[in-house]
Amino acid sequence: MEEKKRLSILTNGIIKENPVLVLVIGTCPTLATSGSVETGFGMGLAATAVLICSNIVISALHNIIPDKVRIPCFITVIAGFVTIVQMVLQAFVPSLYSALGLYLPLIVVNCIILGRAEMFASKNGVLDSALDGIGMGIGFTLTLVIMGTLREVFGNGTWLAGDWFGLAKGFKGIPIFSNFIPGMSIMTMVPGGFFVYAIVMASVHYLTKDKSKIRNDFGCDGCANAGACADGDCAAQKQ
Amino acid sequence: MKLIIIIISMVLVNNYPLAQFLGICPFLGVSKDLDSSVGMGIAVTFVMVLATAVTWPIQQLLNSFGIGYLQTVVFILVIAALVQLVEMFMKKSMPALYKSLGIFLPLITTNCAVLGVCITNIDSNYNYLESLVNAFGAGIGFLFAMIIMAGVRSKLVDQSRIPESFRGVPIILITAAILSLSFMGFNGMFS
Repeated sequence: MEEKKRLSILTNGIIKENPVLVLVIGTCPTLATSGSVETGFGMGLAATAVLICSNIVISALHNIIPDKVRIPCFITVIAGFVTIVQMVLQAFVPSLYSALGLYLPLIVVNCIILGRAEMFASKNGVLDSALDGIGMGIGFTLTLVIMGTLREVFGNGTWLAGDWFGLAKGFKGIPIFSNFIPGMSIMTMVPGGFFVYAIVMASVHYLTKDKSKIRNDFGCDGCANAGACADGDCAAQKQ
Repeated sequence: MKLIIIIISMVLVNNYPLAQFLGICPFLGVSKDLDSSVGMGIAVTFVMVLATAVTWPIQQLLNSFGIGYLQTVVFILVIAALVQLVEMFMKKSMPALYKSLGIFLPLITTNCAVLGVCITNIDSNYNYLESLVNAFGAGIGFLFAMIIMAGVRSKLVDQSRIPESFRGVPIILITAAILSLSFMGFNGMFS
């Protein structure tokens, strides 16, 4: 029984509560870094690493942290891990570091990480929180890879192009369309991100059997600040 | 002249939500009606300018001690503390303003656009005045995008027949895509 519960915590984040497609949180990095599979995968890995570490530390400390100042405490823990990831990437994978650019420090304010800290890690044990971090991280990375695949294949006509952490320097990618027609470069640009995200989410809605579970709006459940703005707009939207 | 170019480019060419994917959550979530969009836009502009005014000198301080790598940790803490302080101050001394803007303040702490503008100002080597103007322009651009989005959503999205799978979030994303497509027309204005 115990093991079954653990497994469901792990798989929850991948499908049933996929952070990007079902909970609709963490939209900014999703849109910004899914221009190609490589950057999407890199972003997913970086965020997953931060998510697992911060979930572990926060669940271990949640009895010590006073309730009133928990959000600043969580942010400090997360920011520490983000700085570590930033320095590691800068030292060992400089190409990915420059490709992610501004969005790397912005992992700090990624709703997924703070949201999981607030909703899960601060209420559960260390092992469960680590599993939750792994599951959510895989869900996030998977979505980014799917969106990156769509955008790269339609935008450039190739698949999996990039340096791949220095393992395959200057790899041009597997040609899908690029041999006979030029790609629609709009897909790799800003509007393409919105379009692909919309279409992927609509497909998920189409495939979801239980239509009542479809989220019709950007909910407050995933927002880390839902508690703080209970008297604000979120409360009005909930009703 | 450079300052005017910074403002115009932040509002039209490098518009935060529509061209750089920053501040998407409030852009899509709060743009339901015009009043809350304007409130959110003004609150974001205010916090952006204030956060820049504080974080820019702090970065110089960090650099002088040779600990510039602490940027992320220090900035987010400063922004969180600042927002809390402004909220408390507003609640106490300006209850009328607090009622219209204050409810958005806790949301703004974790808004990536605010941290984004602070880091961008440092990365692009702006001086103090340019940083402030840049933050102001980014805020106005955000407000601008919010107002357009709220207008489109109230006129089109809520009253048209939408395929079932696209109801809710996807159609909002499609609207944002078309908006950002039209904003791409401003590309190359200052190249």
